Amino acid sequence: MRALIILLEKEFRQVFRDPAILRMMFLMPAVQLLLMPLAADYEIKNVKICVVDYDHSSYSQKLVSKITATEYFTLVDYTNSYDEALRYVEHDEADIVLQIPNSFEKDLIRENEVSVFMAINAINGVKANLGGAYLRNIVTDFNKEVRLEWLQLPRHNQQPLIEIASINWFNPLMNYRYFMVPGILVILVTMVGAFLSALNIVKEKEVGTIEQINVTPIRKYQFILGKLIPFWILGLVTLTIGMLISWLVYSIVPVGSVFTIYVFAGVYLISILGLGLLVSTFANTQQQAMLLSFFLMMIFILLGGLYTSIDSMPSWAQIIAKINPVTYFIEVMRMVVLKGSSLYDIRYHLLMVLLFGIVFNNLAILNYHKRS
Amino acid sequence: MKQFLFFVRKEFLHVWRDRRTMLILFGMPLAQILIFGFALTNEVKNTRIGILDNSKDEITSTIIHQLGASRYFDIVENIPSNAKLESAFQAGTIKLAVVFPENFQEQLLHTNTAGIQLIGDATDPNTSNTLINYASAVILDYQSSMRGNTPLPYSINTEMRMLYNPQLKGSYNFVPGVMAMVLMLVCAMMTSISIVREKEMGTMEVILVSPIVPIRVVIAKMVPYFILSAVNIGSILILSVFVLDVPIQGSIALLVGECLLFTVTVLSLGLLISSIANSQQIAMLISLMGLLLPTIMLSGFMFPIENMPVPLQVVSNVVPAKWFYIIVKNIMIKGVGAEHVWKETLILVGMTIFFMVVSIRKFKTRLE
Repeated sequence: MRALIILLEKEFRQVFRDPAILRMMFLMPAVQLLLMPLAADYEIKNVKICVVDYDHSSYSQKLVSKITATEYFTLVDYTNSYDEALRYVEHDEADIVLQIPNSFEKDLIRENEVSVFMAINAINGVKANLGGAYLRNIVTDFNKEVRLEWLQLPRHNQQPLIEIASINWFNPLMNYRYFMVPGILVILVTMVGAFLSALNIVKEKEVGTIEQINVTPIRKYQFILGKLIPFWILGLVTLTIGMLISWLVYSIVPVGSVFTIYVFAGVYLISILGLGLLVSTFANTQQQAMLLSFFLMMIFILLGGLYTSIDSMPSWAQIIAKINPVTYFIEVMRMVVLKGSSLYDIRYHLLMVLLFGIVFNNLAILNYHKRS
Repeated sequence: MKQFLFFVRKEFLHVWRDRRTMLILFGMPLAQILIFGFALTNEVKNTRIGILDNSKDEITSTIIHQLGASRYFDIVENIPSNAKLESAFQAGTIKLAVVFPENFQEQLLHTNTAGIQLIGDATDPNTSNTLINYASAVILDYQSSMRGNTPLPYSINTEMRMLYNPQLKGSYNFVPGVMAMVLMLVCAMMTSISIVREKEMGTMEVILVSPIVPIRVVIAKMVPYFILSAVNIGSILILSVFVLDVPIQGSIALLVGECLLFTVTVLSLGLLISSIANSQQIAMLISLMGLLLPTIMLSGFMFPIENMPVPLQVVSNVVPAKWFYIIVKNIMIKGVGAEHVWKETLILVGMTIFFMVVSIRKFKTRLE
């Protein structure tokens, strides 16, 4: 026990005397939480539209002004030539081309039916999809207005009509930051846990100081605990800083209890520290450790459902997501912070992360040798 | 010249003998292409939804059946009552709930109107939006089949064509981005770390006191990483064409030329970092925070630049990856020629010269 306390003292000294680590601890949450949510805005707005109007009738103009009146679309140009509009798309100056045929108004009234054509730059699939859907909704709305002008609507619907009302729960303003910020907090804690702990141990290897520890009577578990505990505390400190920033800057206050978050984060850190430890037993130089943890982190973060939903991944990726502690923490953060889920709701996640912790740490201890 | 070649050989051996690093360097693009190409789709499918059917009649069960048949939805839960609705979302089992009111069929058949409520879990706003759109489409389909498909008078139809990427594949967007990311990692980070390492270990002193021109030593360090990157560019392009089915619409020679240009840009960035940093950890920190993060966030491949606040948009102009991303996207996917990308190319060339000049001037042949 005494040996452990002395080791802990040594580790804490080392951490506090290393300005790089301290800087990283405060800089990382600040930079990531302040920049990421600003940049990571998937909300579809400012779709640039170019209208090709061959008709120039009052209806076509009404439709165009209806489109530009919404906040989603900005009109780039209003031209007479489809080719010219396509050139805008080629130069990335327009996202959507809307083409109104030359007998738009006439056909609509005489033939009862007319088509408008839209060409969408689909390199970014999400934007194309949602942008197209918005534009179609506007055309449908416009269509309804036209119909109202020409038809005397009867008091009762002649044909069955299902009215669809939609509500968005937990984030009624559809603020994309509510989605991103809890996820970024997870990334922060993970980086501190896995990156810093792995680098720390490998540095001792590279510099050679680990030899000194290896010749002392310190036991394996004491050495490992001595490395884990400081970073466990640092991880929780980072989480606290992160939550403070998200409260002050984004006014995100967890709907659920903060206690639940800390309980989960504590267990999660044990498992992610085990991972860092495991990485450090494989690497001999800081470069290797860096690359290895970056590689793992990338896979874990990308497949952890931070940006895209896990449900729509192929089955092999879903299996990786299931054995990925990051997935569980991201889910738990979103559940507790936005929906107010309780400890009972996240019991399964907690159990899984605990299991990972046991597996990773045991592997790491098995793989750590006091002999070189 | 012979001396230089000896140094290149030495660096090659350094890289070659570190098998683990080599494995990761070659495995990284492979893993990224697979992940970005297959796993990270923004399209929505097999989403877990819940049904709250207060009416339990013929029409509601038909609509529920049609929702379940759609490839977008998996019905996982029948929610017994309104009170249980919130807890279903809280347990995280469903992302959308479809609520039918009481006497749905009766109302629809007698008064010709009835309502359905769709509740989306807007913790993920875009997914929620898309789900509601899809569910509405299924319900509207059912509605028009009830009417016997007679068209309404005065209808405006919309025809849509998706340009460049008709199947809306995410990989079209990601391939150029992955290339930029891998090059950043291999060239900038690895080069700078390996130069700084010689400083940290003290072997740099040995080189500085020898009669070799020091800058040649540094350039010799870049050669293996340049070749590694060229191999990676090749493997990424081959993977994206044959595995992801992302075609190269434009000229391959032009594309490869631009990739090599960007490699040189990034290598000179690595050189710059190594002349600033004194320890490996600092070099890592600068490459991660100063290079990789901006590449991921501000190059436009993950997050649309036009959505960002203006200051960030301005900052994004100094991120080399942004210009590279535009060039690759234009050549590979839109298939335009050199006349469309000369401006961006010129910017990259300018940046490269700038980084080179600054880092050569900052390069110290003397020890402090």
